[in-house]
Amino acid sequence: IIASEYHKKIKDAFEVFDHEANNTVDVREIGTIIRSLGCCPSEGELHDLIAEVEEEEPTGYIRFEKFLPVMTEVLLERRYRPIPEDTLLRAFEVLDPSKRGFLTKEELIKYMTEEGEPFSQEEMEEMLSAAIDPESNSIHYKDYIAMMVVDDS
Amino acid sequence: MGSGTSNQRHFAFQNAEKAFRAAALIQRWYRRYVARLEMRRHCTWRIFQSIEYAGQQDQVKLHDFFSYLVEHFTPSSNHERDFLNRVFTEERFPQDAEMEKFSDYKSIEVPDNYTGPRLSFPLLPDHAAALVEAFRRKQQLHARYVLNLLHETRKHLEQLPNITRVSTCYSEEVTVCGDLHGQLDDLIFIFYKNGLPSPERAYVFNGDFVDRGKDSVEILMVLFAFMLVYPKEFHLNRGNHEDHMVNLRYGFTKEVMHKYKTHGKKILKTLQDVFCWLPLATLVDEKVLILHGGVSDMTDLELLAKLDRHKIVSTLRRKTRKENGKQATKEKATPPSGAGRPTPWFLPQTRSLPASPLRLGASGAPRAGRSSSIPCSCPADAKEPARRARRSVDLELDRCRRQAGLPVSPAQGEPLLCTPEADSEAEEPPEPTQEEWKQVVDILWSDPMTQDGCKANTIRGGGCYFGPNVTEQLLQKYNLQFLIRSHECKPEGYEFCHSRKVLTIFSASNYYEVGSNRGAYVKLGPALTPYIVQYQANEATHTLTMRQRISRVEEAALRSLREKLFAHSSDLLGEFKKHDADKTGFITLSDWAEAVESVLRLGLPWRMLRPQLVRSSTDNTLEYRSWLEDLAKEQLSHENIQSSLLETLYQNRSNLETIFRIIDSDHSGFISLDEFRQTWKLFSSHMNVDITDDCICDLARSIDFNKDGHIDINEFLEAFRLVEQSCPEGEASDCRQATSTTDGGCSKPGTH
Repeated sequence: IIASEYHKKIKDAFEVFDHEANNTVDVREIGTIIRSLGCCPSEGELHDLIAEVEEEEPTGYIRFEKFLPVMTEVLLERRYRPIPEDTLLRAFEVLDPSKRGFLTKEELIKYMTEEGEPFSQEEMEEMLSAAIDPESNSIHYKDYIAMMVVDDS
Repeated sequence: MGSGTSNQRHFAFQNAEKAFRAAALIQRWYRRYVARLEMRRHCTWRIFQSIEYAGQQDQVKLHDFFSYLVEHFTPSSNHERDFLNRVFTEERFPQDAEMEKFSDYKSIEVPDNYTGPRLSFPLLPDHAAALVEAFRRKQQLHARYVLNLLHETRKHLEQLPNITRVSTCYSEEVTVCGDLHGQLDDLIFIFYKNGLPSPERAYVFNGDFVDRGKDSVEILMVLFAFMLVYPKEFHLNRGNHEDHMVNLRYGFTKEVMHKYKTHGKKILKTLQDVFCWLPLATLVDEKVLILHGGVSDMTDLELLAKLDRHKIVSTLRRKTRKENGKQATKEKATPPSGAGRPTPWFLPQTRSLPASPLRLGASGAPRAGRSSSIPCSCPADAKEPARRARRSVDLELDRCRRQAGLPVSPAQGEPLLCTPEADSEAEEPPEPTQEEWKQVVDILWSDPMTQDGCKANTIRGGGCYFGPNVTEQLLQKYNLQFLIRSHECKPEGYEFCHSRKVLTIFSASNYYEVGSNRGAYVKLGPALTPYIVQYQANEATHTLTMRQRISRVEEAALRSLREKLFAHSSDLLGEFKKHDADKTGFITLSDWAEAVESVLRLGLPWRMLRPQLVRSSTDNTLEYRSWLEDLAKEQLSHENIQSSLLETLYQNRSNLETIFRIIDSDHSGFISLDEFRQTWKLFSSHMNVDITDDCICDLARSIDFNKDGHIDINEFLEAFRLVEQSCPEGEASDCRQATSTTDGGCSKPGTH
């Protein structure tokens, strides 16, 4: 029963990006679809997943028939669970060892674009626009997280 | 030293690794956040599109309603007979002599205290620029100048060919703009950013200047002014909204009558003519074809160039101006034999449409935002004999009249019959041929699709969806490089398709809602490489973050969606009950999604939207009655009016408005109480809504608060929030207040 519920959810999400109504989506949208279904994979994990659902000879499109079983499995196994708020907070605190309660804009940029799975320029700019307090030119991460979490629900 | 440094290094390494992992975690989390925003944005877009689509289906319902009237209703009194007569009487297209009278502006006096812009002819570039400035300052052009300008415009347009030819030899760059839909801010922005028209700066405006937005009149004035000032460099194409029948429904007619109370009708009549004279397409350097909608596999540029475009009054009806002048011959017209239901003159002859609203595609129809209503399709069966295909609508009218017990014999000025047998090509062709008409409808209404082929747009009854092979075929046939068209709203303001052979350009930013989409225009130089410029003519959106922008638009979309849900409350309840066999009062969320889709048929991803529409749900179940009640509380503000009545109103709001405006044939904005009651009675019986006569009378009386026997239809519609208030800021005193009061009232007394 649960599987068929997931099937419908996956179908709905998939169809949002199925612009030509032919049960395919552009591979570049797969990440969005997977994430909006509640999963939080890293870029690396995402690439692995895409490799699973891609055609033998990649066409740039993902077919629903291939996507459905793989995605159902992901949901059933509860893979790529979202990150709890406190874990996120601790991550910021790691980057702020002196416990100031904030990161400067430069620090944020440095970490986000040089460490981990770096942001593109666009991603960086978008994050800055909402995160940075223009007066102090810094991100007060506790408030930031609180704001984003509210938004998310 | 040894262990110290290796400890340090180990420590440093650990720290670096921790930082790396922390960053990766934050990025991972952030990307998911963004993805969810993206999803919301796409869902929002889908909501707007599908509601727009559903609006087009309303046209079908309207057709059904009037067919029902014609077939089932027998007027039982003179009153009702008169009423029906008004509904079905042909509104004559003005004869030439009358046209003169309508466009007569010289007799109109401009009062001394008029502080708006003044025009003198011939127009100079400064005048046109000054006009833009005046409109930017929210001034209004006096009716006399409007009519004068229209008069000159028509004179100019009459000389133009159907397909305008532009060369980049003369003006080095050509800027092509798409739909503006009455959004003056966008036009002003384009001129500001790109520069005013000049001999070095050519412009092509690709149709749909009017409807929906609130400044259609001003846009027309500016466009026409520049066209007169720079006739060689400033070009206009007709869009499907440059059509008086479409305007009736989509707001332009209303805007004109609101802004020009005394002379509005004259202006509308003149515009009706001017629209027909607009060129159909533009060709740049013989290589780039610009037209409003698209093409079909039958598109014939030579035929399009030759036909008399002025004969195509409205793409909603295949009618001509000359019909009225023809004398009836001895032969009485025979009623249409098995030709399907007769159709009143103002409705699309959608004989090719099934009676019930069509389901919106999962398969087949491309989901694109279309800013238009349904065009007419002539008898779609091409095998039908010519005479049936060319039957005049007057025959249908006659049958309607006969059935309604109305006088049938031609009286003075009454539209007369065309003999089916007469070969009207022997004399001056009185009407466009089926072929000519189809050619024009195709280029004004068609949309590209991704699959190969060319299929008729059955939902609209006219125009088609054309595939990449059709484009390729056309480009090769006429040795063209690519096509520029408009007609569809795109999130980025433009979109390439068919391997970049078709460019859609849409210039009305924030079309659905502030923040919904950008507008764009395209520039072509001698190399004909398209250079796109995007914009969003609303300062507010620039300062918002992506999240805020999306939230705003989403709110608007959800509001519309909730209204729609409310409008189908009874049906929804019925459907929910089916999923609740044990009568527990609860259904699962999955059932909810299924039920909602089967009732609304919008093809939306309900499970994705569910969190925004169903607030509380603990264990994945929903108490549906209270959900419906909550919906109603948001929408309802008149407790003493039957909820089914309101539901019907909401469901049929655009139709109601159209019906009222048709009844209000002198565009006065008022219909009599009687007409209102009768309309409502007919409508509700057709809709199977159980309304007592008393209730209707109460409703009518409560709306006519000044008791003069007339209802201001705007107030009526606004009272039920069926029509957006179109009052610009700063004119609140002029504005009719449409607050809802708890006594089931409509407008506040005293605002009349």
